[in-house]
Amino acid sequence: MTKVTLEVNGKKVSKDVADHTLLSVFLRDNLNLTGTHVGCDTSQCGACVVHVNGKSIKSCSTLAADIDGSKVTTIEGLAKDGKLHPMQEAFKKTHGLQCGFCTPGMVMSAVDLLQTKKNPSEQEIREWLEGNICRCTGYQNIVAAVKDASTKM
Amino acid sequence: MASLVGSRVERKEDGRFLQGKGRYTADINIANQTYAIFVRSPHARAKIKSVDTSKALKSSGVVGVLTGKEIAEDKIGGLIAGWAIRSEDGSEMKVPANPPLAKDVANFVGEPIAVVFAETLDEAKEGAEKVKVDYKVLKAVVDPADAMKSEAIHDGVDKNLCYDWLLGDRKAVDEAFAKADKIIKVDLINNRLVPNAMEPRACVVDYNTASEEITLYTTSQNPHLSRLVMSAFGGVAPENKLRVVAPDVGGGFGSKINVYNEEIVCSWASKKIERPIKWVAERTESFLTDTHGRDHVTHAELAVTKEGKFLGFKNETIANLGAYARVFGTVTPTYLFGPCATGVYVIPAAYSNVKAVYTNTAPVDAYRGAGRPEATYTIERLVEKAAMELGIDKTEIRMRNFPTEFPFKQTLVHTVDSGDYVAGLEKAKQMADYAGFEARRKKSEANGKLRGIGVSSYFEACGIAPSAAVMSLGCGVGLWESAEVRFNPTGQISVFTGAHSHGQSHQTTFAQIAADELGVPMENIDVVHGDTDKGTFGMGTYGSRSLTVGGIAIVNACKKIVAKGKRVAAKMLEVNEDEIEFKDGEFVALKSNKKKTIGEIAFACYLPGQRDEMKSPIPEGDEPGLIESSFFDPANFSFPAGSHICEVEIDPETGNVKVEKYTAVDDFGRIVNPMIVEGQVHGGIAQGIGQALHENTQYDETGQLMTASYMDYTMPRADNFPEFNLGFTCTHATSNPLGVKGCGEAGAIASPPTVMNAVIDALGGQEISMPATAEKVWKACKTLKKSNAKAA
Repeated sequence: MTKVTLEVNGKKVSKDVADHTLLSVFLRDNLNLTGTHVGCDTSQCGACVVHVNGKSIKSCSTLAADIDGSKVTTIEGLAKDGKLHPMQEAFKKTHGLQCGFCTPGMVMSAVDLLQTKKNPSEQEIREWLEGNICRCTGYQNIVAAVKDASTKM
Repeated sequence: MASLVGSRVERKEDGRFLQGKGRYTADINIANQTYAIFVRSPHARAKIKSVDTSKALKSSGVVGVLTGKEIAEDKIGGLIAGWAIRSEDGSEMKVPANPPLAKDVANFVGEPIAVVFAETLDEAKEGAEKVKVDYKVLKAVVDPADAMKSEAIHDGVDKNLCYDWLLGDRKAVDEAFAKADKIIKVDLINNRLVPNAMEPRACVVDYNTASEEITLYTTSQNPHLSRLVMSAFGGVAPENKLRVVAPDVGGGFGSKINVYNEEIVCSWASKKIERPIKWVAERTESFLTDTHGRDHVTHAELAVTKEGKFLGFKNETIANLGAYARVFGTVTPTYLFGPCATGVYVIPAAYSNVKAVYTNTAPVDAYRGAGRPEATYTIERLVEKAAMELGIDKTEIRMRNFPTEFPFKQTLVHTVDSGDYVAGLEKAKQMADYAGFEARRKKSEANGKLRGIGVSSYFEACGIAPSAAVMSLGCGVGLWESAEVRFNPTGQISVFTGAHSHGQSHQTTFAQIAADELGVPMENIDVVHGDTDKGTFGMGTYGSRSLTVGGIAIVNACKKIVAKGKRVAAKMLEVNEDEIEFKDGEFVALKSNKKKTIGEIAFACYLPGQRDEMKSPIPEGDEPGLIESSFFDPANFSFPAGSHICEVEIDPETGNVKVEKYTAVDDFGRIVNPMIVEGQVHGGIAQGIGQALHENTQYDETGQLMTASYMDYTMPRADNFPEFNLGFTCTHATSNPLGVKGCGEAGAIASPPTVMNAVIDALGGQEISMPATAEKVWKACKTLKKSNAKAA
């Protein structure tokens, strides 16, 4: 067992967990933050993307113990004071989601893109999202959402 | 009041999904739950000589281990085939038993043999490792084309043949072929696909020892149907003691229609071990055991005149059912395939012959489009090849064979109520700048690239319903849909539907429809689905049926609410019922202009009286309350249609195919929410392009699945696509009062042939099979270079 202390969505949390506990499992099972999804187990689908110290990572292939002391933001922590983040607003406006399963990871990944690059081109958006699989939307409205959000962030 | 139907209304479901508040099955935990891990066959075909659970039972944290022996002793029924198909010779299809846990023989890699329940997931995994199964490995039958020549894998199923089905008239086709100037022939493989909903299958079961009720939370497209099947065929519990909840479901695409082994086993076992059970598939389990799609081997021929008129069509197909026949497994390659194989054309004579075979692979069932993508691929490859061989423009040959009068009696089964195929293709040509293609081809050539253009015109039969029609064709249930509209006393409305949304946006579109009918803001309406304890029965969502069947049930229930409201309003306003008009949520007495809002009527229906006077607003013959339900069974399928045009550019040095332009023009009748419909089309096209260029399910010769993770199975990514260019034409469906047609599958139906026609065009007509991967295309480019050099 290992003691893992993190700041998750602005709150400090500390839990004793098995050494091999993945961050995705820590968030879902230990903190009941089920917005982070697990879709593939091989770090391909990106449904599990969260931010660790501001950068997007795949929580299904990160050990919770490895990031001890870090700041984590999950999809649950993106909206502030009841107001959706501009990326969340954009996904809603452009119909960038259907079943919603890939959405948390897609949104978290897209937020990091705009932190990294202010006004990405369509091709840059599509290439950035290479690590996030969506089966419903054909990506078109996701790309539109990221473009829309890029004018507001 | 402006109509909400037709508006781009933002989705009601998005707030929760975007904030991580969706509640999917894997998010549900029940106090004291155990974790299930299934022991699965590592062999494609093997006799199970013995199963030793003794070590597993002693393993730390293990609560129970169950096998095929116990489930057979408890007489729990197996998985079922939903449609009975008859062979050409009149004999019934051959269906092997499909027990939830295999007892004597395993028939595909991943088939469950035993299940271990433990206090933690890790302990369940460890326990499962200790279950010892002694197998006698048998030679697997894997290739559908060889299945009929191979050893029978199921007792009583000769040649591994489920049925040898015929639709159409062989003699008429022979006569038509005798008159032809030319016979166009294709040999096609419709590649096997894994639906790959992003949410892996899961179930959580809670058994209440006091009420003896089982609650099953599951990833289902049709919870009511699941309950019926589990109760009637599985014998897990009586229907009134089985509650099935499909909460938020992360995509289905057909793979979540079936009741699966795990749901039956966990429901049965929860009662046995008197503990809640949680099971969540890992992605590889999903690959191994979700129902797969397509997998046809087809030879088809089209008889044509030199002017390009179609005279006759024949289609000989071997369809792979996998190891067992499941819910839509037997109908997908027959009635969902054969009738549509003549496409959008007037073809006087046609037949489709389908031999469905069993193999030692995962069961094959409905996957987005189910039969209609295979049909459209067959006819649209033939048509494109005919255009090429006859030297007629590929759009012109289609125009020459389109029906122009509707209703159109299609060759094999359907009477298509409405459509305008010419308008659709004309619009697609214009949007795609079809006329400018040759200039773009030359430009690509100048850059050392090969450019091709492909067209596909499709129609499909969806809104899968007419109960009498589908049951006459062998369906085990009627495919109506139900709705209940429940006005609460204070004016809020709950709309219960038997359809299920796993991405389709019913909470929004169904609220739009009900809001228009009732004249209330859609914010006042909640759409409730996915729980057999809430709402009446329902058949669920597949076959693009939610709106055309379930949506109409909502409309009809709303109309009953308004009809009752009129009677109540007439009594309250002291006029005759025919003097009341309902408009924008108000019942108005025409002469006096006195009015009651629908909210006031609802209130009066629940509080039918007043102080100091014995007076009820409820007319004689009516009852208090304001709840109405409807079961809608349409008179016909719905027939969306359209034309898609794709342009690809191939780099002959790498074989890489780039989709440069994709134009889709579809006719879905009246559109409720254009934003949502566009989203459905985008998703369908992407899946179809995935089939054409990227995705393939590969078993090796021993029946091991080689593509069982996202490392091996190519899922299309954002950078595989251009921006799709969508357009619409509109002819209203006549089989339902909204005039709507299904839109969920069209993209996946039309796009594979569109893309492949473009690739083959770029390759100078060389046939190439799906998926057109860089390797295959690179080889074809080499052949093309050689033949060009020879010609020069």
